[in-house]
Amino acid sequence: MGKNHEEVQLIGTWVSPFVFRARVALNLKSVSYEFLEEKVGAKSDLLLKSNPVHKKIPVLIHHGKPICESLVIVQYIDEVFDGVKILPEDPYDRAIHRFWAAFLDDKFFPALKTIRMVQGEEVQKKLVEIKEGLALLDEALVKLSKGKPFFGGDQLGYLDIALSGFVAWIQVREKTYDVKLIDESIIPNLAAWVDSLRAHPAVKDIIPTADGLIEWVRVNLGPPPAPAAN
Amino acid sequence: MAPQGEVKVLGAWPSPFVMRPRIALNLKSVEYEFVEENLGNKSELLLKSNPVYKKIPVLIHGDKPVCESLVIVQYIDEAWKDSTSILPSDPYDRAMARFWAAYVDDKIFPTMRGIVAADEGEAKAAAVALFKEGLSLLEEALVKMSKGKKFFGGDEIGYVDIAFGCYISWFKVTNVISNVNLFDESATPHLVAWIHSFSSHPAVKDVMPETDKLLEFFNNVVLPRMRAAAAAK
Repeated sequence: MGKNHEEVQLIGTWVSPFVFRARVALNLKSVSYEFLEEKVGAKSDLLLKSNPVHKKIPVLIHHGKPICESLVIVQYIDEVFDGVKILPEDPYDRAIHRFWAAFLDDKFFPALKTIRMVQGEEVQKKLVEIKEGLALLDEALVKLSKGKPFFGGDQLGYLDIALSGFVAWIQVREKTYDVKLIDESIIPNLAAWVDSLRAHPAVKDIIPTADGLIEWVRVNLGPPPAPAAN
Repeated sequence: MAPQGEVKVLGAWPSPFVMRPRIALNLKSVEYEFVEENLGNKSELLLKSNPVYKKIPVLIHGDKPVCESLVIVQYIDEAWKDSTSILPSDPYDRAMARFWAAYVDDKIFPTMRGIVAADEGEAKAAAVALFKEGLSLLEEALVKMSKGKKFFGGDEIGYVDIAFGCYISWFKVTNVISNVNLFDESATPHLVAWIHSFSSHPAVKDVMPETDKLLEFFNNVVLPRMRAAAAAK
């Protein structure tokens, strides 16, 4: 049997890009887990008890002990379970993966998320910010992948997992704002990476579609804003 | 065998983030050159080494730059494996250490700045209360993680000590300029003791800015900047 079949639970939702990271990591390690889906608007007692500091998903529960914060969870999964190594071996490569993962959370995702809250010219500014971020990631992919499909090389690595949760949401923004963000003519490497990611066994059965997310947003958060006037 | 290549840290003495790699290198007894940046006139080396953020600290090992203070601390821990460990060895303890280090940057630092920025009266009282809430969580975390020893890392300073301790001089400056007492013996006794232990640690004491010097820096450089920004709104 072995470690990868011990009791593991993950508290989350299918829409959260952060929960998605944990799910990909668990799949990559072939760890069976119980997915405890939170309802919108009502946090479960288990969530509040397991993450009293932030009260946020994802939370991984292993042997009854909770681990919080998506990137902390991914590193924990990498260190505890056997299988494919998520972080590279070399300390410098690890630092580069961690740097870009922090960039995603500190700079990239805030722009992606908050575009929904602005109007007019501000929307264009956010779109430029998002595109600039994607261009940087495209460059980083060329450097880190060394000709292979992923940031981790042949296999999904830490940065692949960190970025994976945002792919569907980027595609949601493309539809909502009628703009191409993952443009093969501008960022060919990242465009190819998206296809490789969507086809990967650890990803393909759980990655949301843009339409599915748009519908979820419509039902749970209200209608999308009208696309910015040009 | 220790990794090859000269080590440089690009930084500035008032920055709490710059203290982090310096403490880590000191803990590992790694020699390095400290390059003091003039943030009003950033060096070519800084701009080339951190093109994404153009910020300090940057660690340059041989010719390879590492950016983002906590990424740098983890790099130092992993590149110089044969010395004292900064992160604990147990995966769950490592997860706890990473969690609380992230918490310090996400909550403690912004709420400290919130105190300085707040208007006198209710706003400031609310800002202080918010900060102290975070502090009480860290007090609990210290008790749990230290297991009766002096530091979050136990007998020796570790990842959370470094992440949190770098703000100590700034907490003291905040006490003076906002006329508050952020670290109350009765509310957070373990943290009060920890501040003394951390500040006097050999890996820390020479890189921790003196409160007077930092206060002068705040009054001469930071405050005018804050006032200019407020006036521009």
